[in-house]
Amino acid sequence: MSDSTQAGESIVDSDRIGEVGIHTVEPGKVDVSHKTILYLEDVTVSFDGFKALNKLSLYIDDGELRCIIGPNGAGKTTMMDVVTGKTRPDSGSVFFGQTMDLTEMDEYEIARAGIGRKFQKPTVLPEHTVFENLELAMHTDKRVWTSLFSRLSGEQRDRIDGVLDTIGLRDQARRAAGLLSHGQKQWLEIGMLLMQGPRVMLVDEPVAGMTHQEMDRTAELLTSLAGERSVIVVEHDMEFVRSIASKVTVLHEGSVLAEGTMDEVQNNKKVIEVYLGE
Amino acid sequence: MRYIWTALFLLFIGSAGADEPSATNPALDAAALAPLASDDFDEKGRAIDAIAATGDAHVLPILRSLLDGQLFQRKDDDRFVIAAESDAGYDITDALTSENLGSVGKRDLRKLGLNNSLRSQLETVLARLSLTSPDTSIRLAAVNNMLKNPTEDTTAAIRAALANEKDSAVADAMRTVIAMSDLGGGDPVVRLAAIDILRDSLSPDVKNRLSALLEKTSDGTFTEPDENIRGAAERAVAHIESKVSLYGFAENVFFGLSLGSVLLLSAIGLAITFGVMGVINMAHGELMMLGAYTTYVIQLLMPNHIDASLFVAVPAAFLVAGLVGIAIERGVIRYLYGRPLETLLATFGISLILQQAVRSIFSPLNRSVSTPEWMSGSWQINEIFSLTYNRLYIVLFALIVFVGLLLLLKKTRLGLQVRAVSQNRSMARTMGVRSNWVDALTFGLGSGIAGVAGVALSQLTNVGPNLGQSYIIDSFMVVVFGGVGNLWGTFVGAMSLGVVNKFLEPFSGAVLAKILVLVFLILFIQKRPRGLFPQKGRAVEG
Amino acid sequence: MNSLAFIRSDRGGHIFLGLLAAVTLVVPVLSLMVPETSALHLSSYTVTLVGKYLCFALLALALDLVWGYCGILSLGHGAFFALGGYAMGMYLMRQIGDRGVYGNPELPDFMVFLNWKELPWYWFGFDHFWFAMVMVVVVPGLLAFAFGWFAFRSRVTGVYLSIITQALTFALMLAFFRNEMGFGGNNGLTDFKDILGFNLQSDATRATIFVLSALALGLGYIACRYIVSSKLGRVVTAIRDAESRTRFIGYQVDNYKLWIFTFSAMLAGIAGALYVPQVGIINPGEFSPLNSIELVVWVAVGGRATLYGAVLGAFTVNYAKTYFTAALPDVWLFALGALFVIVTMFLPRGLIGLLERIKVRRGAPQLAERKS
Repeated sequence: MSDSTQAGESIVDSDRIGEVGIHTVEPGKVDVSHKTILYLEDVTVSFDGFKALNKLSLYIDDGELRCIIGPNGAGKTTMMDVVTGKTRPDSGSVFFGQTMDLTEMDEYEIARAGIGRKFQKPTVLPEHTVFENLELAMHTDKRVWTSLFSRLSGEQRDRIDGVLDTIGLRDQARRAAGLLSHGQKQWLEIGMLLMQGPRVMLVDEPVAGMTHQEMDRTAELLTSLAGERSVIVVEHDMEFVRSIASKVTVLHEGSVLAEGTMDEVQNNKKVIEVYLGE
Repeated sequence: MRYIWTALFLLFIGSAGADEPSATNPALDAAALAPLASDDFDEKGRAIDAIAATGDAHVLPILRSLLDGQLFQRKDDDRFVIAAESDAGYDITDALTSENLGSVGKRDLRKLGLNNSLRSQLETVLARLSLTSPDTSIRLAAVNNMLKNPTEDTTAAIRAALANEKDSAVADAMRTVIAMSDLGGGDPVVRLAAIDILRDSLSPDVKNRLSALLEKTSDGTFTEPDENIRGAAERAVAHIESKVSLYGFAENVFFGLSLGSVLLLSAIGLAITFGVMGVINMAHGELMMLGAYTTYVIQLLMPNHIDASLFVAVPAAFLVAGLVGIAIERGVIRYLYGRPLETLLATFGISLILQQAVRSIFSPLNRSVSTPEWMSGSWQINEIFSLTYNRLYIVLFALIVFVGLLLLLKKTRLGLQVRAVSQNRSMARTMGVRSNWVDALTFGLGSGIAGVAGVALSQLTNVGPNLGQSYIIDSFMVVVFGGVGNLWGTFVGAMSLGVVNKFLEPFSGAVLAKILVLVFLILFIQKRPRGLFPQKGRAVEG
Repeated sequence: MNSLAFIRSDRGGHIFLGLLAAVTLVVPVLSLMVPETSALHLSSYTVTLVGKYLCFALLALALDLVWGYCGILSLGHGAFFALGGYAMGMYLMRQIGDRGVYGNPELPDFMVFLNWKELPWYWFGFDHFWFAMVMVVVVPGLLAFAFGWFAFRSRVTGVYLSIITQALTFALMLAFFRNEMGFGGNNGLTDFKDILGFNLQSDATRATIFVLSALALGLGYIACRYIVSSKLGRVVTAIRDAESRTRFIGYQVDNYKLWIFTFSAMLAGIAGALYVPQVGIINPGEFSPLNSIELVVWVAVGGRATLYGAVLGAFTVNYAKTYFTAALPDVWLFALGALFVIVTMFLPRGLIGLLERIKVRRGAPQLAERKS
């Protein structure tokens, strides 16, 4: 335990000192000896007095598929911002595995450590082709100098082609991503997430703008991904949540209101009151 | 001693004669002046006393010019004249009637000789006469003059005059002179009391005199043997020095605030266009330049009413710059919303066009804008501390503009709409705000204020085509430093940068101070990109 | 994919490099070999003028790299150009030796004039050509690195960054105007005699510097082209288009910006160093914010994010400037100002974009399509 703590810290430090000497962290190095991969404890975030997160505590197990639901303003997106380093919590702790303190890491460090994110509004690189989007997202050495001289290996090409097949955009590979339809962008972003090969995937409203068939495919994909990695899905579409979730967490006013299976949650009085009962 | 009695006599008639001319006064006429031309210095001395005794209004100028070597006798008719050197020779006026006698050559005048004893006699007489002058400023000047070189005689005259002195400033100055004289006396009690009075004076002469008490001679002993006196003098010098440095500090703060006001004026329009609307207007400086040129044109139109010109120029400049601003917004900027870098470049292009337009219309050279009478001069608070009126008015003007703008944004319907559009454009639109119209007016407002700032700048700096360029970077730095979208931030930013700049100047020189402030700002913005008073909330996180 | 693909796929680049090669060969020949009486002879004035344009084109290339590809609108790139120029100027100053007005073998004239007794420490080494050449890239590079290190780490972006880069060059201008700085104050560095022993006034030297400038531009172009077609280039454009997205897929955005900014500053420094011996003077005016922003319009006119576009823009605008300032001096600022407005409002992709649009209309759509 103490050994790995030092390793975790030294990674952070050397990254802060400068470009030279960064060693990327293999996702396999995350210490999940206690089965839990993501810890949020007593996390509070406030904007101008408004508490977006209020002593939120949340634990995600390694390989788990978790759905997070809650009304607007419940703090779902802020929670993701905190995990990915976009927003720093005012108090509380956020750990990745046993050892990595996410509140001390930059966005890119968190991403390299193995936490990937799909945004609510699909954000792809509009001027790059679909292929290039996936290439850039691919888990590989992402330092400046290696990028300058890097060439795609055959194996990497195959991986990209594989993901292109998975997301059904093979025939669009040479198109600029900005020209894709909304649904296609959603898929591309999921594809980018796959290329990153993260240990934890944060997926914000993945099926918005998708057809029913696409929704089913997404559900299938997400369930198949869980197991080897943890998947956290924030979604409004209850049907979709029901179709994929083993465990559901309900957020309300910045803290956890209820947790359990979809049925348990749906029968929870407090939940009915604030959310489902509307 | 003779002089003292004369003085007392003069005082008596002086105070009485101011009300009703006394019949006993010997007349001041050519006969009375005639002995001044005599070769006998004793006779001249008596004549001086006699002239002084007449109490005539012309006595002071006659004796003053005699002392200054400007009193002559015209060779033609032996008339006594006061001469002032001019290009043509000497412009002369009759000493007794002040009648202008035209100008003459040097050869036409006979000089009136003086020796040292006459000079000192004249000085004393003049001092006494001045002390009884009904004009407070003459009395004060006379007293302060005596402070430089107090003699037993003048001190005695002052002691006498003090009793009748009504004006407290003159009386204080008189006490200081008396104390200076007392300090040279032998009685330690009197001397200590004198030091006690002197410690409140700010005159450099007093400080030098007191410091002299603390000096050591070459053999290491103090020039002043009395330890008590030395102690008191030392405390008094320290007291004076702390007061001097306090006033020095106050002066720096004032200079800083006036510079800050200029920054505030030039930045506050930008705080509207950049801060509230998010539009980068690189032509902001040129809008100020337009305001300055408007002042110039207004003064051309009303050359006889320079004093009033600024009151016309302020609204005129607001209109001119505001209309040009609206034209810029409607013509260019509205097509570029949401593309700040493009806006920056396009408005920079406009700034070049405006500069060249001014160059072509007026001239590439600087134009001179006159300063109204009421803005020149300064407010003398004490001997070492004065505030110039133009700086004072600029500070005041900046405050008025700032408060006016605050009220406009807080209290009026336009202000409400501006704030609504700046916070959420589409929401404001659905609620019936005509956002296009509000954009144009807001931009016009910011530009108009730039024009008003230009009027103020025309009073401080050269009005030329490059006027705007020199302020644009400073203005942006102030807005960013204060925190974009926050008028109070702009206020605090401008004032603190102004003060910091002025406090750096004595150590580093003006240019280096400016460089240091720029470097500080560059570093500051990197440390706190959202400025001193950042806008908070979820919206800015994204 | 082979290692030269980056240049092979670049059709506009072929045209540009071809033209550049032609100019590099033809100009010295016309200047040195064709007799002066011939109509084809190029005067040394023309050679210097085109040489100047070559330096400006290299500077435009440097700016295009950071602005067009990385979205960093630097309004202070003129500062890096000027610093490179000063480094070269200091070497040329030391070369004057005792041929100055005061004949002091150690001190440049302006220092003698200011009653300085010895050379300031930062002038040491500039009597060596190699040292000066190292400084030409190191000084702008270091400044850019230090500035970028702070700015990019604090996430200063967009117009904020533009404004502080402008403040940077403004502060440098004020500083270099000061006599105490030891760079000749107001007058700058001038009255150069020779470079590496060759007389700067001779046609042969001028032609050589001309060829060197053309070479620098060609190599600079190839280097930039290599960068923008590498993965690094794709990351950099990703940063331009979606900075936070790029961060969330694991790129340390600050570092990418920092290196591209520093490299660009070094290119600008080289451009400045080649510029100074051709015009024979470097003064603080080169730091003027106006110069830096004018440079932005070159790139915008040519077409940002196309490297040859930047070169085209530099040539077009500067030729126009030369023409106007001689023929219609009053019109120049109007024209330049209008250029800013027109390009930003109607020609967002500059002349190159215009050409491509015309070609597309004529039925050559393959040019408009993206190359992978």
